[in-house]
Amino acid sequence: MTAFISILVGIMLIIGAIFAAGAALGINRLPDVYTRMHAASKAGTLGSGLMVLALGIYSQQWDDFMRAVATVCFFLLTAPVSAHLIARAAYVVGYRPCKETSIDELHMKKKNDDA
Amino acid sequence: MTNMVFLMNLLLAAAWGAITGSFTPLNLIFGYLLASIALFLIREQVAFREYTQRAGKLLILAGSFFLELVLSSWRVLMIVIKPKIKLHPGIIAVPLTVTEDFEITLLANMVTLTPGTLSVDVSEDRKILYVHCLNVPSPGETINGIKDGFERQILEAFR
Repeated sequence: MTAFISILVGIMLIIGAIFAAGAALGINRLPDVYTRMHAASKAGTLGSGLMVLALGIYSQQWDDFMRAVATVCFFLLTAPVSAHLIARAAYVVGYRPCKETSIDELHMKKKNDDA
Repeated sequence: MTNMVFLMNLLLAAAWGAITGSFTPLNLIFGYLLASIALFLIREQVAFREYTQRAGKLLILAGSFFLELVLSSWRVLMIVIKPKIKLHPGIIAVPLTVTEDFEITLLANMVTLTPGTLSVDVSEDRKILYVHCLNVPSPGETINGIKDGFERQILEAFR
């Protein structure tokens, strides 16, 4: 039983670390603020969530496990909101999406409002 | 009505905890299951069927949400580790059917955590959600995906 839990925790930690590393790499490599937020909000949430859950399982205590579950819930609630706020703030301040961007309906709407 | 049944279920679970004298999570979950069996026995008097249907829909919503989260993280990871990043990002407008504040928030959060999409802004009249996509070969398909997927599920679970 303890061996099984150790292996499970190890696998979860490794997968979580891979996703967290992917998020960091994405923030570094993607072309603009908006695409970077994709990496930060998704892969980052899954990575850190998996690692916190692994910690909860490792402790084998109900209260620690429930705390880990609550932490994951807060990750899921806050990460998208902060990504959304950063993207919106960047747009309002005037950072344009990168030049590969094919359509920008928000920009069209803002133009129509000004006209 | 379904909220009342849920409340009864919770109260009965708390009563079970009080009677057995232990409020450990495991015992409370067991009490909750017992209470739902008791409610099932009197299903003629309470709206138990709608209650289970709604609970089922909420569970489906949560399940598909986690599946999409894993898929989207995987896709971002695959894009990021490629030596050359080729993207056609774009911002598209998704017309909203949901009207309540908390439903819009839930939808926006889910859109952000699903593959290739990130909500950027909501129009002032709360009728349009602006979504940034990593790849937009066809905006119509993405819009239909959101409307048919999460928005419909949210409407079914909360209306």
